[in-house]
Amino acid sequence: MFGHFKAVSDISFEVGKGEIFGFLGANGAGKTTAMRMLSGLSHPTSGKAKVVGYDVYTETEKIKQNIGYMSQKFSLYDDLTVSENIKVFGTIYGLSKKEIKVKGAELSHVLHMESSMHKRVQSLPLGWKQKLAFSVAMLHNPKLVFLDEPTGGVDPITRRQFWEMIYEASDKGISIFVTTHYMDEAEYCSRVSIMVDGEIKALDSPVALKKKYKVETMDDVFHALARGAKRGEV
Amino acid sequence: MIKTTHISKCYGDVKALDEVTFDVVKGEIFGLIGPDGAGKTSLFRILTTLMLPDEGQAEVGGYDVVRDYRKIRRSIGYMPGHFSLYQDLTVEENLNFFASLFHTTVAENYALVKDIYVQLEPFKKRKAGKLSGGMKQKLALCCALIHKPDVLFLDEPTTGVDPVSRKEFWQMLRNLSDGGLTILVSTPYMDEAAQCDRIAMMKEGHLMPAGTVEEQRHAYTNQLWSVKGIKMSAILKIFKTFEGALSCYAFGNELHLATQGVEKSELETFARSMHLGEVKISAIKPSIEDCFIALT
Repeated sequence: MFGHFKAVSDISFEVGKGEIFGFLGANGAGKTTAMRMLSGLSHPTSGKAKVVGYDVYTETEKIKQNIGYMSQKFSLYDDLTVSENIKVFGTIYGLSKKEIKVKGAELSHVLHMESSMHKRVQSLPLGWKQKLAFSVAMLHNPKLVFLDEPTGGVDPITRRQFWEMIYEASDKGISIFVTTHYMDEAEYCSRVSIMVDGEIKALDSPVALKKKYKVETMDDVFHALARGAKRGEV
Repeated sequence: MIKTTHISKCYGDVKALDEVTFDVVKGEIFGLIGPDGAGKTSLFRILTTLMLPDEGQAEVGGYDVVRDYRKIRRSIGYMPGHFSLYQDLTVEENLNFFASLFHTTVAENYALVKDIYVQLEPFKKRKAGKLSGGMKQKLALCCALIHKPDVLFLDEPTTGVDPVSRKEFWQMLRNLSDGGLTILVSTPYMDEAAQCDRIAMMKEGHLMPAGTVEEQRHAYTNQLWSVKGIKMSAILKIFKTFEGALSCYAFGNELHLATQGVEKSELETFARSMHLGEVKISAIKPSIEDCFIALT
């Protein structure tokens, strides 16, 4: 609750290991508020939640240490180089100097960024930044990663390469919690929840949702649900 | 209404715009479609007289962007990529401010913004910084229109906005265009291309030939197939190894495979030989996103 405004009300769900959970909803539906509560950044007004086994009221620091987080607005330090960013985040996540070195080398190889390690992040194309930010968010092998609209504005090919990275992380058992406005990306998720007016109006696999609403695509599912929104933009 | 000839711009080593040449006809909605970094914002800044080109010429409404910048500034509306109104002024105050900047009043041109403003009106005393993303876009649009410009420049107006609000926004643009306004809009969302009268794809400073969506799709020279099945991630991995695959990418619940001179039966045989189970293969027409991918 914010003052008299109930941003989010009675949402309940569980996200399993290695699951790619898509969190959809119109602007103003309550997604960012919900994500902030789950990443230990703000307290719920009421209700219970545990993230990677830790309580969201009393153990927020433990949550922050065991999750990865990446958003459009905050991901890497633009004025630091690729190497420097890896060092900074590795240190924040509690990695040893040796671990940082090893992980850094691995990362630069996997992302084909060996020749860009000393470039400032702001000079990198957006697609590279996003892929790097995602990798950095997983430096400490978190069990769960939050991705807040990670592919906004990115070119079609990089967008798909990014999702291939998400699949790889999921195959390794990392759970991914992702928000997106690209409805084709909703199809790549194991389950999707759609928030309308602060409540979860749908929660199921894309296949099941399309069957339920008798439509072909997730875009159609979204339109069928969002059309009923009273709050709309606030 | 807008005309550019060989516009180029460099930032140090980076060639942000490379000989960009195109024109926009009065009353049309022209879309610049491309990802971040393509050069869209640089082009907008040059056309709205905020930045000088290194080479080339451009005209807006018949006026040169360098010599006659003052005349252009009076007759255009501009909505830049990031929210740039006054966060600590209310909705009402922002609108009045922009009207007065252009020596007019809200009342004088209210008819033009009415359909949009009506949605903002319940919040007119709220500070602009406290509006949601979609509402900010609507306010910015009103402020760009309040002086009845001849040309409207919208730089990624729907980025970060959900699909339903995006659709509504485009409907508003269509209504404005029907009323005679010329609109140049940029977007990274490929599906929005269909909402424009003509589009041009933009990639790394290069502008591809302009045309209607149909013309763009017609210019696509590959064969394109949709492949659907149950285990899409496995199907994707396997089809990427198909010898004739020019490109193979996921598109929601199916994959798009581009080839040249391949028969459908070859694909079916391949799928069977890889034990992919029940797979549906069909020839399809390209979307703008497929056209964009083919540019690589």
